[in-house]
Amino acid sequence: MSDTDDLRTILLEQVERLLADQAGPDLLRANEAGTWPEALWAEAEALGLPTALAPEDKGGAGLGWGDAVAVWHVLGRHASPIPLGESMAAAALLAAGGIAPRAGLLGLAVGREPVAWGRRAVAVVMVSGSAVLLQPGPATRQGKAPYSREPADHAAPGVPGAEGSLPEGFGPDAALLAGALLNAARIAGALEAVLDMTVEYANTRKQFGRPIGGFQAVQQLLARCAGEVAAAGVAVAHAGRAADRHGLASAEFEIASAKIVAGEAAGTCAAIAHQVHAAIGFTDDHPLHLFTRRMWEWRDGHGAERVWARRIGEAALKRGGDSLWADLTAR
Amino acid sequence: MAGLRFDLRDIPPEAAALRAELRAFLAEAGKHWSPMVRAYSWMGFDRDFSREVGKRGWIGMTWPKAYGGGERTALERYVVLEEMLAVGAPVGAHWIGDRQSGPLILRLGTEEQRREFLPRIVSGDLAFAIGLSEPDSGSDLASLRTRAEKVPGGWRINGRKVWTTNAHRCDFMIALLRTSPAPDPKLKHQGLSQFLVDCRASGITIRPILDLVGEEGFNEITFDDVFVPDSLLVGREGNGWEQATAELAFERAGPERYLSSLPLLTAALDDLRAELAAPETVGRLLARAGTLRQMSLAVAGMLQDGKTPAREAALVKDVGNDYEQALPDTLRELMEAGRTPPEVQEMQRIMTMVARSYSLRGGTREILRGIIARQLGLR
Repeated sequence: MSDTDDLRTILLEQVERLLADQAGPDLLRANEAGTWPEALWAEAEALGLPTALAPEDKGGAGLGWGDAVAVWHVLGRHASPIPLGESMAAAALLAAGGIAPRAGLLGLAVGREPVAWGRRAVAVVMVSGSAVLLQPGPATRQGKAPYSREPADHAAPGVPGAEGSLPEGFGPDAALLAGALLNAARIAGALEAVLDMTVEYANTRKQFGRPIGGFQAVQQLLARCAGEVAAAGVAVAHAGRAADRHGLASAEFEIASAKIVAGEAAGTCAAIAHQVHAAIGFTDDHPLHLFTRRMWEWRDGHGAERVWARRIGEAALKRGGDSLWADLTAR
Repeated sequence: MAGLRFDLRDIPPEAAALRAELRAFLAEAGKHWSPMVRAYSWMGFDRDFSREVGKRGWIGMTWPKAYGGGERTALERYVVLEEMLAVGAPVGAHWIGDRQSGPLILRLGTEEQRREFLPRIVSGDLAFAIGLSEPDSGSDLASLRTRAEKVPGGWRINGRKVWTTNAHRCDFMIALLRTSPAPDPKLKHQGLSQFLVDCRASGITIRPILDLVGEEGFNEITFDDVFVPDSLLVGREGNGWEQATAELAFERAGPERYLSSLPLLTAALDDLRAELAAPETVGRLLARAGTLRQMSLAVAGMLQDGKTPAREAALVKDVGNDYEQALPDTLRELMEAGRTPPEVQEMQRIMTMVARSYSLRGGTREILRGIIARQLGLR
């Protein structure tokens, strides 16, 4: 195991412990009611997580996209109770543009999409062409994300406080690509939680005198779900590795693939999880929807499956059948 | 997730030259392969082609040199497999020997068996069939009834095997047979043993069975007092179930569980190219293909590390079968008479039919999902 692997393992253990201690349905419900998870965020900051993707000379830990994906996966497994992923991605873009990220929540603005918890941000980060822009202050036009119901705000047009130039490997879609990678990774994590929760329920809930998990009809559904969960996990890890190796822009195929596969898995597995949980999973009381609603949110955000599919599909069609296999194996 | 891990693996950079060599070889060899040949791919049988492949050292690549092998890595072998499948090469005459019979002999065979069989598999001269299914034992494989009775100097076999792909063209099969009665119906996994059986031995009748496409792909084999010498028992008597299960892990672990219909996707891309038609569908198919390849590589990496990734292989096979099986229907929606070349339409039609077998061979979808469900902890 290399030093970087060690660092990643330690980091993941820290994040897992933090979230296992502090996150949970109550916190997620509070988020949806608009209460900022101050204590959890403060701990994440104390661990240096929001700036972890910035290089060490910019106050970060110098982690790569592959490490980020692993952290975001853990976040997703806990339904992402803080907008840490967005802040990490924003800090990475800023640092790449030569600007040392400041302390506090950094909002990530992608196109016209709202900024998660923008009202609490110390600044909002966006990408325009090859420039990364920092707009100081929160995003004040308040709103709610349609599925997750978490705060999702828009920044009023303003004057950038700082502007940096992104290196070549980032490209004009850097914010979109980073956001898509984040959402795909969070979906992959949430999928694991949903599968575990559903297996647990199937082994506990009894009908006809035995656990429903003993029925083949239920087993077949959950096995299908397990395949989708595994596919999403692999697609996401592959995309993170590709971004480290080739840069965000050149990892478009892998990031798009991860977003497509994770998005498809989100749809399939949410449906299966709700089918197995039946009526109890349809209630507000049961925590299943805290995860499934977020998966539906994340599959739409930063490019739904069809958006990314069209992109990579068009690129492949232009190159034709002769290039298909060569391109797939060059990855 | 219940102990299942898929660690990403890289193909070693030194395999790039190997890949280039394969592409050049296959471009030449495949010039005249018909849509039917490409659609059957690893169920197809072309002994001359297999001998050419053997000549280049691409069979038994990971085996010790002492038995004719190449002592290459599992990931280099993976490159050979995926390049063959990507163009639908007719690899059936050496595929089974390379994939499962050879590795089984290498792991559990006697020294004499290794020296006798492995070099001839490597050269492409010895074709193997899989002797598992029986008329009354499909998914419930352990209920099989073909018996091997102890006689002086060997065993006497009576019974029937069925769905044995290419048995009428093969030289040997590894048959799973009952060597002692199960002590109890619940203990039917006991008392089974594996044997190397000469497909041309006296007492064997092989009857080809036409498949729904009209090809003589598989067979029924009748054993009528067939004698097999003691020297052809593989592994330990009574240990056949464990051995066959490990063999199935090899059978399920390869890229043939998602790549069967890739030649059609390649052809379809050229067809759709002029109009840049249906990019969204194409994009989804490519995203899955790239992901399945990484999953499949992860399994190959585990094989390389000497592990038996039976559970991971079952999972990849399940996801991969869904993909390769749906592909002909998905592409059918995009084809248009007048634009789509007739040979592409022909391949699409053949694959629509052949694809039914994808989720049957090597364990049905339902059996695989049962295995996965148990792994998840469902009881």
